[in-house]
Amino acid sequence: MAVNRVALTEDAAALLRRLAADHGPLMFHQSGGCCDGSAPMCYPAGEFRTGGSDVHLGDLDVAGVPSPVPVWMSAAQFEYWKHTHLTIDVVAGRGSGFSLEAPEGVRFLIRSRLLTDEELTELDH
Amino acid sequence: MTKYAAPGEAGSVVAFEPRYDHFIGGEYVAPAKGAYFENPTPVTGTTFTEIARGTAEDVDRAVAAANGAAAAWGRTAPAERAAVLNKIADRMEQNLEKLAVAESWENGKPVRETLAADIPLAIDHFRYFAGAIRAQEGAISQIDADTVAYHLHEPLGVVGQIIPWNFPILMATWKLAPALAAGNCVVLKPAEQTPASIHVLIGLIADLLPPGVVNVVNGFGVEAGKPLAQHKDIRKVAFTGETTTGRLIMQYASENIIPVTLELGGKSPNIFFADVASAQDAFYDKAQEGFAMFALNQGEVCTCPSRALVQSSIYDRFVGDAVTRVGKIKQGHPLDTDTMIGAQASNDQFEKILSYIDIGRQEGAKVLTGGEKADLGGELSGGYYIQPTVFEGDNKMRIFQEEIFGPVVSVAKFDDYDDAIKIANDTLYGLGAGVWSRDGSTAYRAGRDIQAGRVWTNCYHAYPAHAAFGGYKQSGIGRENHKMMLDHYQQTKNLLVSYSPNAQGFF
Repeated sequence: MAVNRVALTEDAAALLRRLAADHGPLMFHQSGGCCDGSAPMCYPAGEFRTGGSDVHLGDLDVAGVPSPVPVWMSAAQFEYWKHTHLTIDVVAGRGSGFSLEAPEGVRFLIRSRLLTDEELTELDH
Repeated sequence: MTKYAAPGEAGSVVAFEPRYDHFIGGEYVAPAKGAYFENPTPVTGTTFTEIARGTAEDVDRAVAAANGAAAAWGRTAPAERAAVLNKIADRMEQNLEKLAVAESWENGKPVRETLAADIPLAIDHFRYFAGAIRAQEGAISQIDADTVAYHLHEPLGVVGQIIPWNFPILMATWKLAPALAAGNCVVLKPAEQTPASIHVLIGLIADLLPPGVVNVVNGFGVEAGKPLAQHKDIRKVAFTGETTTGRLIMQYASENIIPVTLELGGKSPNIFFADVASAQDAFYDKAQEGFAMFALNQGEVCTCPSRALVQSSIYDRFVGDAVTRVGKIKQGHPLDTDTMIGAQASNDQFEKILSYIDIGRQEGAKVLTGGEKADLGGELSGGYYIQPTVFEGDNKMRIFQEEIFGPVVSVAKFDDYDDAIKIANDTLYGLGAGVWSRDGSTAYRAGRDIQAGRVWTNCYHAYPAHAAFGGYKQSGIGRENHKMMLDHYQQTKNLLVSYSPNAQGFF
C-alpha cells in the first residue's frame, strides 16, 4: 500500500458517507488557532477557496462516497506538521466553525503519529 | 469557601429556562423550522436547557428586525446611547452572582474567575464605551482659507457578530459594547457550545434596549453562522475563532464587499529572563504566577501563555519552582469558590487536548507534571476535566506550534536575548506575549521585537478596556478594546465645504 499523509477511521468514514448523501462531494481543510481550531473542517467541495497558500495533503477514498475527499492545510501550518501522519477520527461533541458535521452532535478530530524515516523518504519522492 | 448551588437545585442564584428561542425584534420567537438542540453543562456532562436551532430563515428575520431599528438607533444622541450602556452595566452589577454562576455552569470555568474577572470586566466594558462615545470627536481640516473638510462618524448600520465559547458573556460584550456605542444594530450568534448564558443576560437587559437593536440567533455555525456571515444586508462581520473559519468569513465578506474583524488565536510566548531570579522576593513570586497563568480559564484563552521560554542560567530552579506552583492549582467543582481550574468547555475540546498530549509524548516532550485527564469523582465524573500539564520540549514540536486551548504549557530554554526573540517569533501567530525582566531596557526591547499585538510586560492576562487587543500575523485583523475599536464600527463621513462665493474657474 502506498504511503500516505492522511487516513480515516471507520467511524469517520461512516460519518462522511452520511454527510456526502446530504451535501454531495466534500472537502477538508485543517484549521489552526483558537476555539474550534487545530481541528479538521469539513465543507461541501469548493465551498472553501483554497489557493497558493495551501497544501493538498491527499485524497481520501471512502467506500460509498462517489468523489474522493481532498484534504488541505495552509502551507505555513504544514511546515510544522509535515513530520506527522494524520488520521481523521470522529468524537461526540459540538461546535466546529462552519463544519458540516456539528449539527449531528459529533466532531471530526485529528489523531497524529510520527512518520517513520522510510515513510518520509518515500513521501519526498 | 462557598459553594454555589447548581442551577436547578434549591437555593441557586440562577434559574435557566427549560428552553431558549431566538431574541429578535425585542421578543423571543420560535425557530422557523421548529428544531431545538440540547445544551449540556461541561461541569457534569448533563443537559440543562435546550436551544433554538437557527437557520437562514431566522437570520433573515433578525437582520430585517435590526434593519428596521437601525435608522432610529443610529440617530440617537451619543448621550442617549451612553445612558443605555451605563444602565446595562448597572443591571449586570446588580446581578453579578447570577451572571457569574450562569457563566460558570455554561462554560465549566470556576466561579472564582467569573465573579472576579469575566463579569466585572464585562460591566466595565459597557461603562468604558459609554464614556468613549461621549468623548469621541470628529475632526476638521482647514483645506484653504475658504474650504473646510468636516470628518464625522456615522454608524455602519447592521453588523453580524459571531461569539466564541471561551468567555461567552465577556466576548459578546467586547463586540456589543463598541458596536452599540457607535450606533449600530447587532445580530449576534453565540457559540453552539455556550448558547444559554447570553440569554440570562438578555433577560436582565431586554427592557433597556429598543426592539431590534440587539438580536440573538442561536444555532450551529454551518446553519446559522454561515447565513449571517453571508447576509447581503449586514455591513460588517466580527468573528473570534480559528483560521479556517476566519478565511471562510473573509471569503463570504468579499462577496458583499464588507469589512471583517477577526481574532483567530495564538501560541503566545512567555519569556522569563535570568534576572527574574536574582532575588527570592515579591517579583520572583509574581513571575512564578505569570508562568502558571497558562491554566487560567482551563487554558481556553486565545492568549494562553502556552510557550514558556526560560533563560538557561536559571532554567532548572525557575522551572522546578514553577512546577511546584502548578501542583498547587486546585481543581474541583467550578461552583466552589476555592476551585482554581474547572472543566473544559465541551467533550470534543477535551478529546482534542488529550490528542495533543498524545502527540507531545510521541514527539519526545517530557511531562513534568499532569498529562492526564482528571476524574474528580461523583457527579463530576461525567464532566470534562484535564490536569494542568507542563511539557518540556523543543519549539519545533507540534505542541509548541498549535493552539491546544487547554491547560497545557510547553517549556523550552533559551541562551541569550537573540535566541529568546528568535524562538518567540518562530510561530504562525502573534496575538499575545509575556516578557518578564527586572531590567526595563531589556523588557522594552523584547516587547518591541516580539511580533505580537499585545505584550504583557511583568504581568499577564490583564484585560483592561482601555488597552488595545488584537493580533499580528495569522492571529487576525483589527483590534478589540480601547476607544480605537469605535473606528471598526463606524464610517467616516467627510463634508467638503466651500465658503467661497466664487466659481472654481474650470468651466
